[in-house]
Amino acid sequence: MRFVSLFLNNRLTITPEILVNDSSLKAVPFSELPVVEQPPFNPTFQYNKKLQQILFGKQLLFDELSFTVDQIQRHYENGYVNYSTGVSKTSYGYVCSRCGNEKSRMFASFSCFRCKSDNCAYCRNCIMMGRVSECTPLVSWSGPEVKWSHENILHWNGELSSGQQVASQEFVERIGNEGELLIWAVCGAGKTEVLFEGIETALNLGLRVCIATPRTDVVLELTPRLKAVFPNTLVASYYGGSEEREVPAQLVISTTHQLYRFKQAFNIMIVDEVDAFPYSYDKTLQNAVSRAVTQNHFLLYLSATPSRTMKKAAMNGRLPCVKIPRRFHGFPLPVPKMVWGGEWKKRLESGKLPAHFVKFLKSQADSGRRAMIFVPSVIVLEKLTELIKKIVNVSVDSVHAEDPMRKEKVTQFRNEDIQFLITTTILERGVTVPFLDVVVFGADHDVFIESALVQIAGRAGRSKDDHNGKVLLFHYGKSLSMIQAINHIKNMNKEAGI
Amino acid sequence: MSYCLYCHESYSEAWSWEALIGLKQSPLLCQDCEGRLVRINGEICRICGRDFSVFPEQYRQGDSCFDCIRWEENEDWNGILQQNRSLYVYNDYMKEIIAKLKYRGDAEIVKAFYPVMSSEFKRISRNTIFVPIPLSEERHYERGFNQSELLAEGLNKSVENLLKRKTHEEKQSKKTREERLSQKENPFEVVDSNKVKEQKVILVDDVYTTGSTLRYAAKVLIEVGAKEVSSITLAR
Repeated sequence: MRFVSLFLNNRLTITPEILVNDSSLKAVPFSELPVVEQPPFNPTFQYNKKLQQILFGKQLLFDELSFTVDQIQRHYENGYVNYSTGVSKTSYGYVCSRCGNEKSRMFASFSCFRCKSDNCAYCRNCIMMGRVSECTPLVSWSGPEVKWSHENILHWNGELSSGQQVASQEFVERIGNEGELLIWAVCGAGKTEVLFEGIETALNLGLRVCIATPRTDVVLELTPRLKAVFPNTLVASYYGGSEEREVPAQLVISTTHQLYRFKQAFNIMIVDEVDAFPYSYDKTLQNAVSRAVTQNHFLLYLSATPSRTMKKAAMNGRLPCVKIPRRFHGFPLPVPKMVWGGEWKKRLESGKLPAHFVKFLKSQADSGRRAMIFVPSVIVLEKLTELIKKIVNVSVDSVHAEDPMRKEKVTQFRNEDIQFLITTTILERGVTVPFLDVVVFGADHDVFIESALVQIAGRAGRSKDDHNGKVLLFHYGKSLSMIQAINHIKNMNKEAGI
Repeated sequence: MSYCLYCHESYSEAWSWEALIGLKQSPLLCQDCEGRLVRINGEICRICGRDFSVFPEQYRQGDSCFDCIRWEENEDWNGILQQNRSLYVYNDYMKEIIAKLKYRGDAEIVKAFYPVMSSEFKRISRNTIFVPIPLSEERHYERGFNQSELLAEGLNKSVENLLKRKTHEEKQSKKTREERLSQKENPFEVVDSNKVKEQKVILVDDVYTTGSTLRYAAKVLIEVGAKEVSSITLAR
């Protein structure tokens, strides 16, 4: 966008080119404007409540707001809205103010029709949320804060296990203070319930709470549960394609990516699966978390498989940590069994399957139980699915990250319309289905690191009525990760005293 | 080590003699992404350039497809568009790529196709004018660029913006074939008809879907005296 700078009421101010009729004023890209002080706050200005609710605690593009440029500009002139540069030049390249990206390979430039520059640089890292370029201002709210409700009632009659109880208490006691806490809970410990009381306490102090998770599937699963237990709280979910982004919400459930849209919004930030890809890989996502919280905030980390750095910090006391080693139903975690799969890769290429694996498929099909079969790559996924369909006469389907039918297939699997679901590591977390056995095909492959295998094994035996699901690792030579994962699970069972 | 221009994953290039002695440009997409794209290079429809290998046999008659036969049977459209040639099949992956380019605004993606564009259309004779399909003023502002213009730049030939859209209308992709065909008024006009007279024109667009956009554009060019009009697109 281009703006002009002009004198208004004896002050230098800026205004979008399209709102000015005077062609003698020179329009320049937003990033080339002189530094202008924000107009002073006008307490008598009749501001738009809806704009306040949408924009408060956020950082959005003009294009994302369903308000005219004129409406937004009037809020700017009265000190209710702030503009800031989206992409700025640095001594070594560029930096994106929305996602914090600084990698030069993640910037590109184009001949921009909006600002007429031949080289308008834009950020490719957060492009999925709309393009932020040098000429794109980020719009944020600087007017009065939204006042949140102090009357949020938790509607939940369930009972916490003793492990859950301890963790819940630790969380509740810290509400209202700054700091951090790690809840290290085994898969199936029931970590969502652990959050309830703490969230209620926070909400009733008028604080704003966010649960950030790396996966859309988890957002979709958590949102209805939280809406049900907090019936008089404003709850909204944020994920690619969500329709609740304009709802003013005190409790937000968001994918870590969508956090880019927020700015100084949350007093309590709960980071789910803190070790999970892509959060642990992507530095800009960590930036997103620190950008989305208010200056004084409390961070709660949840994980079944904390990273080594986090475990170390917990061990030497730098990071307060509470463990839940036992599942909510009290039974031990199923320990994975290693099964020789031979040269699975070569066999697959020639259209064959390891004998043990075929035997497993047949008996599994007869048993009528569901199975999730994890594979190391999409190529293996396609070949294996084709072969399995030839061997067994039950409903078989496959799913991977870019599958447009992913959501539907997971639902079908839940409803028992699919008996065997072949999947990449994309479903290693979050999916909870009773009466399920889990198989890893090619468990010695590099993608199956310790935490991935622990998570995968954690899919089995989730329900009280079926607490002892099978976990089989078909391999061509034990990997270190496989051994570490099995030890990890055994240790947790030991710690739980079972 | 390179990074894929589309998925940003790192990858190492396949080793080859051509690459070593500089005969082949290094690929900009990783093998995974490249592998999901399907080049059109088998038997094709003589007119619209669609790949017959991914097209049902019953909609084909000789060397043309039924859609083209329908166009050519209509006297208003007969011979308007000489031929179209496209590089890739418009499969789900191509749809994703084009959506990211157009609707998210990731202009850089176009560059992944520059090597193929320039080598594939190298032989096109010198006395032709390349004309990108224009966007309306509003759409152009919204998107910030015109993807057809960006594609045309990859040809390394002179490109002229000789067409213009008259009015802002609904996105083509939201209309059915019937709706597209029933448009009465031609949405395009020629900016400088002197430059077009007696010339061979090649239109450039991102996707050939029903062929109506390209034919409307071709029609206004023929009407002001263009000798013949063909087109090239990224996907079909």
